[in-house]
Amino acid sequence: MQSARTHLDHLENQSVFIFREAYRAFRNVAMPWSMGKDSNVLIWLALKSFFGKIPFPVLHIDTTYEFPEMLEFRDWATQHYQLNLIVKINAEARARGVGYETHDPVTVTHELKTVALQQAMAEHKWDALITGIRRDEDPTRAKERYFSPRNAQFEWGYKDQPPEFWGQFASTAAKGEHVRVQPLLDWTEADIWRYILREKIPIPGMYFARNGQRYRSLGCMPITKAISSEASTIEEIIAELETTRTSERAGRAQDHHERNAMQKLRAKGFL
Amino acid sequence: MSDEAQRLKIVFVGHVDHGKSTLIGRILHDTGSLPEGKIAAIQQACEAERMEFEYAFLLDALLEEQAQNITIDTTQIPFRTALRRYVIIDAPGHKEFLKNMITGAASADAAMLVIAANEGVREQSRRHAYLLSLLGVRQIIVVVNKLDLANYSEQAFREIEGEYRQFLSELGMTAREFVPASAKQGENVARRTDPALQWYSGHTVLEALDHVESTAALPNQPLRFCVQDIYRFDARRIIAGKIESGSLRVGDQLIFSPANKSSAVATIESWNSPAPEEAIAGDSVGITLREQIFVERGHVASHENDAPIETNRCRADIFWMAEEPLRKETEYILRVATQELKCKVVAIEQVMDSSTLATEIGERERLARNEVGRVTLQTRAPLVVDNHDRIPALGRFVLVDGGRICGGGIVFGGVYTDRTTVKSKNIFWSEGEITPTHRAKQNGHRGAVVWLTGLSGAGKSTIALALEGELFQRAMHTYVLDGDNVRHGLNSNLGFSAEDRVENIRRVGEVAKLMADSGTVVITAFISPYRLDRRRAREIALEGNAEFIEVFVDAPLQVCEERDPKHLYKKARAGQIRDFTGIDAPYEAPDDPDIVVRTDEQNVDESVATIMEQLLPRLRADDPID
Repeated sequence: MQSARTHLDHLENQSVFIFREAYRAFRNVAMPWSMGKDSNVLIWLALKSFFGKIPFPVLHIDTTYEFPEMLEFRDWATQHYQLNLIVKINAEARARGVGYETHDPVTVTHELKTVALQQAMAEHKWDALITGIRRDEDPTRAKERYFSPRNAQFEWGYKDQPPEFWGQFASTAAKGEHVRVQPLLDWTEADIWRYILREKIPIPGMYFARNGQRYRSLGCMPITKAISSEASTIEEIIAELETTRTSERAGRAQDHHERNAMQKLRAKGFL
Repeated sequence: MSDEAQRLKIVFVGHVDHGKSTLIGRILHDTGSLPEGKIAAIQQACEAERMEFEYAFLLDALLEEQAQNITIDTTQIPFRTALRRYVIIDAPGHKEFLKNMITGAASADAAMLVIAANEGVREQSRRHAYLLSLLGVRQIIVVVNKLDLANYSEQAFREIEGEYRQFLSELGMTAREFVPASAKQGENVARRTDPALQWYSGHTVLEALDHVESTAALPNQPLRFCVQDIYRFDARRIIAGKIESGSLRVGDQLIFSPANKSSAVATIESWNSPAPEEAIAGDSVGITLREQIFVERGHVASHENDAPIETNRCRADIFWMAEEPLRKETEYILRVATQELKCKVVAIEQVMDSSTLATEIGERERLARNEVGRVTLQTRAPLVVDNHDRIPALGRFVLVDGGRICGGGIVFGGVYTDRTTVKSKNIFWSEGEITPTHRAKQNGHRGAVVWLTGLSGAGKSTIALALEGELFQRAMHTYVLDGDNVRHGLNSNLGFSAEDRVENIRRVGEVAKLMADSGTVVITAFISPYRLDRRRAREIALEGNAEFIEVFVDAPLQVCEERDPKHLYKKARAGQIRDFTGIDAPYEAPDDPDIVVRTDEQNVDESVATIMEQLLPRLRADDPID
């Protein structure tokens, strides 16, 4: 008797397919990892895709404004999943004094995340990055491809994206270019939580309510705000999502610094 | 409502400015699917641009799009009705962005095609429907939008419905339903309020959506397991890939194409969950095999009794998206599922304008952007495919040039071979050192199959012999295959049962192919009453590099019966012979023969002249064949 596949099965199957296509198509793959919920789903799906062994490095861009609890989780998970972890800090920008204390969040995010990523790419010569972005996070991400080419300046040519259909992707990168591979593109925030619940995926404790507050989306400490919430279990978080009409990244200051801030960040190479 | 069920994907298409984005914005609004931040953000953006708020802005969130008011790229948005969950795929209507429309539409379960009542059926309204049919999206709801601009007139609605129904029927398509609406006013989207629309008693847009059938996965079809990669991270040798159709179980004997090697499934692997006994269509899996045979990316596993087609030549309909046109005899990368191999288009037989559906018949050298062509593809290495109408996932492909996907297409008319009876491991067409081009050069003409079909007594044999004489006089290599020289030798073990007739024609087709490949102009003279058999003969010829020219030797039954050279009609009328074509067995006249001669109106010389006139240009040796 064949059991019907569910929505989550479908998403999982599709993500695994994309992981395997990426690993096959590119010689030098890396996967940025923020320790956030989506990132941990990504790790989980990679383990499924490759039967318990992630065959490429995992990259943490450390902005030096990380929540201590996230760093603890990072060290635990690295050990637990036997990850090949690379940590990258834009030390040059920090030495110049770039920081939230003195600069606006768009500038800091660009310097400490995007430029740090560019530095890591230059060092390791990766031709593909597997990212955890989702369409429902932001209107510009809605138009992404599963395989999304970036030029040498990290720019996203969103006006002229390659066609992508029937499971066929833009699976070659010219010299100096790289491809962003995005296995979670079709997942929604609710899908992520339901999958975490179903698979019992470990995530940092900051997502759960303490003293009437929890984090819905996690970034740098100075610019990430908690939301009012009593949701202290995954089930309660899912129930909360069913009723909320506030967007997920509302607590992420860099997105809202100016109109189209997210588009400007992404055009310059932000994930 | 179950959250577990798979989402239904709906693509919204239609001519630019017919109101797709507004309709989507309205649906999202009316179903309460928008986060609060989004409306506020768009209203803020509108104030900044000093524009009136529009529902369309919900989608057209990129700055450029707001400035130009058109949707550039495809996007996906979830929403739900009381019944179930959906994903909206918004595809741009502008001709410039055809590749984005295809990217969006190719994964849809159903399409909502929007036509503005004030403009009616336009170029993209037609082109999109045609592309949907090529992409395999069969369920279409037509929304006649902006009906408020026509005062909700039933006549305006019916006129568009009538015109578009007619167009769809020419494509062999039917719409699920036509729904009148005004997305801007919110009329008949989620509910019907305006008394002016009282004449309409059908579904609202949302009700129409809720009636779409979900295109279920394909577990009951033949197994196609497409290999993505082989992993050896530990002691296991895992063959990873996706099951595109059918299902497989531990213990199943699999055959891998094109290597044609066989092994049984030892395990279905998994991480952090119990190993499954079975996997079905849609699953991304990894298996291990009992016998360690050579398997690599691109191989397709099937069950032994239902294998895919293995060939190096196939016919296809192609849509082209790149700026640079598709050129004949130019090398491209062909990708079918996980296979990737070099190919070239050896013939562009006809080109169709995807908007007017006007067909341009005759050989072409190139296919321009946005054109659809009927072509023959050839690969060096063996290719594994299915006919698209049988197994879509193995019947569709993309062509890649310079690392970019430039076109896509679907395969048809391929011939399945029973692998269990083919003992050779090398059943694909092998090209010898001497190519058809070499032979053509030496002979001064190409080989071909000239297939005469028509009733008994229509004059096939007479014309065949006369034609042979004409060609022979021109120092051309030619030969006639007819009932006499075939039935007595090659086919002496065949009678006149239905199966034997099919086999008779198949053998003639195979022999004709080989002779044509040797450079001969083969003329066959058989009644060959069934379209299917003649189509097979054509496919066989095409597989073997040979041109196939179907000649309909046409004369009314009455005339043939009067001629009755072998007194067969008389016997058939008397009941002495049965299943005689034209009397008690059907003759299926060709739909689209290459050449027609009317032997009741033309004498033999005239008929032969008609054939020669059209045949000779197609036998010219100067065009390279491979």
